[in-house]
Amino acid sequence: MRQAIDVSIGGVQEMKPLDKVMQKMAEHKGCGMSAGSGKASCGSAAGQGDLAPEVWEKVKNHPCYSEEAHHHYARMHVAVAPSCNMQCNYCNRKYDCANESRPGVVSEKLTPQQAVRKVLAVASAIPQMTVLGIAGPGDPLANPEKTFKTFELISKVAPDIKLCLSTNGLALPDHVDTIKNLNVDHVTITINMIDPEVGAEIYPWIFYKHRRIKGREAAKILAERQLQGLDMLTERGILCKVNSVMIPGINDRHLVDVNKAVKSRGAFLHNIMPLISSPEHGTVFGLTGQRGPSAQELKGLQDSCEGQMNMMRHCRQCRADAVGLLGEDRSAEFTTEKIMEMDVNYDADTRKAYQQMVEQERRSKVAARQGGLSQVTGETSDIRVLVAVATQGLGRINEHFGHAREFQVYELSTGGAKFVGHRRVDLYCRGGYGEKDSLPTVIRAINDCHAVFVAKIGGCPRGELIQAGIEPVDRYAHEFIEQSAIAWFKGYLDRVKRAEIRHTARGDADIRQGAYVVA
Amino acid sequence: MAYKIVKSQCTACAACEPECPNNAIREKDGTFIIKPEKCTECIGYFDDPQCVAVCPVENTCIIDAACPRYQATA
Ligand code: SF4
Ligand code: SF4
Ligand code: SF4
Repeated sequence: MRQAIDVSIGGVQEMKPLDKVMQKMAEHKGCGMSAGSGKASCGSAAGQGDLAPEVWEKVKNHPCYSEEAHHHYARMHVAVAPSCNMQCNYCNRKYDCANESRPGVVSEKLTPQQAVRKVLAVASAIPQMTVLGIAGPGDPLANPEKTFKTFELISKVAPDIKLCLSTNGLALPDHVDTIKNLNVDHVTITINMIDPEVGAEIYPWIFYKHRRIKGREAAKILAERQLQGLDMLTERGILCKVNSVMIPGINDRHLVDVNKAVKSRGAFLHNIMPLISSPEHGTVFGLTGQRGPSAQELKGLQDSCEGQMNMMRHCRQCRADAVGLLGEDRSAEFTTEKIMEMDVNYDADTRKAYQQMVEQERRSKVAARQGGLSQVTGETSDIRVLVAVATQGLGRINEHFGHAREFQVYELSTGGAKFVGHRRVDLYCRGGYGEKDSLPTVIRAINDCHAVFVAKIGGCPRGELIQAGIEPVDRYAHEFIEQSAIAWFKGYLDRVKRAEIRHTARGDADIRQGAYVVA
Repeated sequence: MAYKIVKSQCTACAACEPECPNNAIREKDGTFIIKPEKCTECIGYFDDPQCVAVCPVENTCIIDAACPRYQATA
């Protein structure tokens, strides 16, 4: 560990103003760096919902979970855990764990020592990096030595970084005490079923107690271990999130029961993700032609679970070695080769000062946002519409239509603006040249939206959007999303009232298939 | 007969390595290999050969017909 870390405490790092850093990220990413906007059900100020006060206290400002914070804080994953102890039908083990990563992506595997070096390099370059996760490429708890060694080393050299891990749960009960002792901040368990009948269609086998177990028996053991692990973690006060993969025709309805089961055991968040399967990933589901859900099906299920507990809709199924704000990935800057050459300057004070600045920016945003929410009071209407927003983060409409790699989707009603998800798209415009071919895919991805909010948009896509029935809106460029959306919505209701326009429902939209690999 | 790993299929996930009761498995040139003289086919330890049971790629850990069958040494 000593020689591997080799931290040089050298020249004081110049603190970069937030804008500059953001701009740098934007340049690097070709503009795809927008961050998600928090838990959907917490779209109102009374976000606590049914969480216990001590849990809410932990979640409120958490960089991963608070509804504002993850615009502003970054996280990273290190791929130190290659093995897995079971098989999922949506996973091809040539690639990263499909539970926590986009299928079809391969991460660079690291030793715990290399991982620590990488964390320090990233933390020095990106002072708002405050969360380190281990999620793969296999199952972290099928690789307990590597996973826990990494956590142990990090907590020694960078105690200000929060640790998290994601697991399929099979080995979880065996490791809960170690997780507690290492002060792991939160754990994500992927639970796709509680009924072995359903499980048998998702998991061909598990490796448990030195045997390969198949079918219902395997699914029964897995579900028991997952729920037992969840119980044990919440008993010890460790934050627990549950991920579920929505597989139409297999577990879509059943996930409502899963939602109840995990809620009653104290999971604070349930994140339902769409199955992503295409034949070229070589997964069982890819080959059997099992489809993923449409945008409307996903939202329908999330809505039906919403009354039950906090749903997270900003999950982007990022890759196991991702670096950056949610929804962006700077991992290409931090390959093993590059970090070995980097002059790592881990300066806890600079990081702290920077994080305080971010915190201020964040608070001003929260305040501004709350100012805008009351705007539709006095109106009553049953109309609900979805709108897409092109943003680079910070809660503002600050992305050019053609540069957007994803759109955030908000549901507008007289109750306010609620974040309901995001749609990943291929870059429509590369280097300023509109590419005709990709516009239809962008339109398909936001086809259920009535309007798209952008900082700027070219004449040609504007025309095609209008033709597709989606109103391009650029008059709120660089303003706060929720306030602008509500203001627009008020106008929309007025126009409907004056019979200038007729309100019609829109169709369904596509969820982009295939691996998300940063170009 | 010992077991062997089909190199072209191995994903180098390392799942088999810690499961082997005889420490017969190690990494070599980016994939994993079994030392035939150490492999006991798990006889005397487990009902199933552990490398076969844990490996995510079917037919990757297979019997190596070229190696004489393991004999418990007297
Ligand atoms: S738990 Fe993850 S790595 Fe293991 S088989 Fe399932 S998706 Fe693949
Ligand atoms: S378990 Fe299979 S794929 Fe993984 S390293 Fe061993 S032989 Fe290779
Ligand atoms: S069969 Fe058993 S002893 Fe032989 S290599 Fe595999 S795990 Fe080791």
